[in-house]
Amino acid sequence: MSKLFSEKTKQVFLGPLSKNNPITVQVLGICSALAVTAKLEPALVMGLSVTIIVAFANVIISLLRNTIPNRIRIIVQLVVVAALVTIVSEILKAFAYDVSVQLSVYIGLIITNCILMGRLEAFAMGNKPWESFVDGLGNGFGYAWILVVVAFFRELLGSGSLFGFKVIPQSLYEAGYSNNGLMILPPMALVLVACIIWVHRSKNKELQE
Amino acid sequence: MNTNKNSYTLIYAIVMVVVVALLLALVSGGLKETQNENVALDKKKQILSSLRIDLKDQDAAALYEKYIVKELVLNSNGDITSEERGKAFGIDVLKENAKALEQRELPLYVAEVDGKTKYIITVRGAGLWGPIWGYIALDDDKNTVYGTYFSHASETPGLGAEIATSDFQNRFVGKHILNDAKEFVSIAVMKAGKFAEGKEQIDAISGGTITSKGVEAMLLKSIGQYQEFFKKQ
Repeated sequence: MSKLFSEKTKQVFLGPLSKNNPITVQVLGICSALAVTAKLEPALVMGLSVTIIVAFANVIISLLRNTIPNRIRIIVQLVVVAALVTIVSEILKAFAYDVSVQLSVYIGLIITNCILMGRLEAFAMGNKPWESFVDGLGNGFGYAWILVVVAFFRELLGSGSLFGFKVIPQSLYEAGYSNNGLMILPPMALVLVACIIWVHRSKNKELQE
Repeated sequence: MNTNKNSYTLIYAIVMVVVVALLLALVSGGLKETQNENVALDKKKQILSSLRIDLKDQDAAALYEKYIVKELVLNSNGDITSEERGKAFGIDVLKENAKALEQRELPLYVAEVDGKTKYIITVRGAGLWGPIWGYIALDDDKNTVYGTYFSHASETPGLGAEIATSDFQNRFVGKHILNDAKEFVSIAVMKAGKFAEGKEQIDAISGGTITSKGVEAMLLKSIGQYQEFFKKQ
């Protein structure tokens, strides 16, 4: 156990959750963060899908890292990611059809999500499989929790519901409250991500430029 | 081992591609059946949506059996070529549209809602970025629109994609596809303030002009194919 959770692996896992977060610090994967966060459910599925894909792609590339010909390494990484994404997309189509329709092209676009290529090239190519797996989990969760927080506020304020269940009582609507339609549109995700970055940086002074 | 040699790189690429292709073929083959069931269920939901039935937390397959009393296959002369259940449902409208009009098989669903007969027509056309499709339900006078359902592959969110909202779909309810002389004219989708000659109209989507016009063209073309059948009855 001591080897599995050494100080270094712990850092590898916890770093991307906060101080080295892919969205708020590295500003990667913003495109999908805008697109799928209007409701909590797709945001959660997207977060999980990216986590699974980045973790396994990291492991596969890390296992192959000493055999991959240097000149075609980016292509090899892309093929591994594309194969995993296709498998996840097929599984979603078979077992979570509604979600796969909602996510539509964005599942396919995970292939081009900068987080994946970034982690494969920067981490998995130079580290052992276990660390790479942990790094993938860390980055996936780092991405997922931002998505879920953004989706929470967008669904609550934009549709008055959470996971599709109405949470704002009808009496409040009768008293004159109304849902904020702007929240459902993609630009509001950018504003919310900016708010998270603001809070994040004011807490972590060393991140300020 | 020298991993920079040309031959090594080439063999590596070939082996990788073959392994990945095999894997994907296996996954796709293994899941095909479950996926097809989902697609069929989704189609039933879409058809029921055109009858303005609330499907939330409902068993769509059971509701489909309850409401859809007949599935007909028609030819362009308006004759019924098959009443076999499941045959019309299995028709791929996209493939039919590629054939000459005389050879097309046209699916028509006959539903019964609260004792009244409704006819459901499959419509398919093109939007701005990709295909759009839907179902339109007519009352038993074969003239008044009872309800519609539209969906799309890749229209612009917030603009063209609004055709998939009930707000847009409900604009068609109560409109007529025939003019006063009982000729088929379809329904126009017009910019607010503009008026169509000799036919009824609904408001288009602001900023979604091409998709709105696509809906108009889709209705004209798709419903038009069924005119012979409606005239006969």
